[in-house]
Amino acid sequence: MVNRVVTGAHYGLRDWLIQRITAALMALYSVALAGYLLLQPHLDYDVWTGLFSGQPMRTFTLLFLLSVFYHAWIGIRGVVMDYVKPASARLTIYVLVILVSLLYAIWAVQILWGM
Amino acid sequence: MDKEHPKHLAQHLIKLPLPGFVSILHRISGLLLFLALPLLLLMLQYSLRSIETYTQLMAVLAHPLAKLLLLGLLWAFLHHFCAGLRYLAIDLDYGVKLAQARASSKAVLAVSLLLTVLLGAKLW
Repeated sequence: MVNRVVTGAHYGLRDWLIQRITAALMALYSVALAGYLLLQPHLDYDVWTGLFSGQPMRTFTLLFLLSVFYHAWIGIRGVVMDYVKPASARLTIYVLVILVSLLYAIWAVQILWGM
Repeated sequence: MDKEHPKHLAQHLIKLPLPGFVSILHRISGLLLFLALPLLLLMLQYSLRSIETYTQLMAVLAHPLAKLLLLGLLWAFLHHFCAGLRYLAIDLDYGVKLAQARASSKAVLAVSLLLTVLLGAKLW
């Protein structure tokens, strides 16, 4: 009915698109990681930390985690809009989710580059 | 907007169709995974920080309750993953017809459960 264009005005389609792009990114990372781990004959501490010792793996892992946080934020906002009606409760949940997501992002950097 | 709409829903006859069931589980599994994020990040931190924390983590994860929790999260991830792929396909206009949508819902439920069993067995 309405001619909606992804690159047009804000119809919420931007977040819709980001949710799908992050989904594809996460799917690729998950399959690659699971495949690599399942192919290891001996999965121990050295293999595990060796995998995360290089910059590319750390970078892609951070990209994956940032995708998780953004994807989750969009998903939770959608679910909250469906089930939580009072504006104050909605806002509280939004602020909490945004705050913990930012903290998780900082934590993720500390984990990956502080090991 | 506030006026009462007539309702003729025979609610005892209506049951949630399979694609709706998959959709609800997609939301529940997504929410579970989000709630588990601090735990998962903590596990990543312990697994990478040092051989001591790694050994500690492995000891904790050897507990049956921890395994059960991980198995639940594994299912949540796999269901969210499979159902997500289905939605991406539907967004691209694949499998939109009713019969296909029903079949793919069944496939999502079956494949995610099967993978949970297979990967769960492999992990333990």
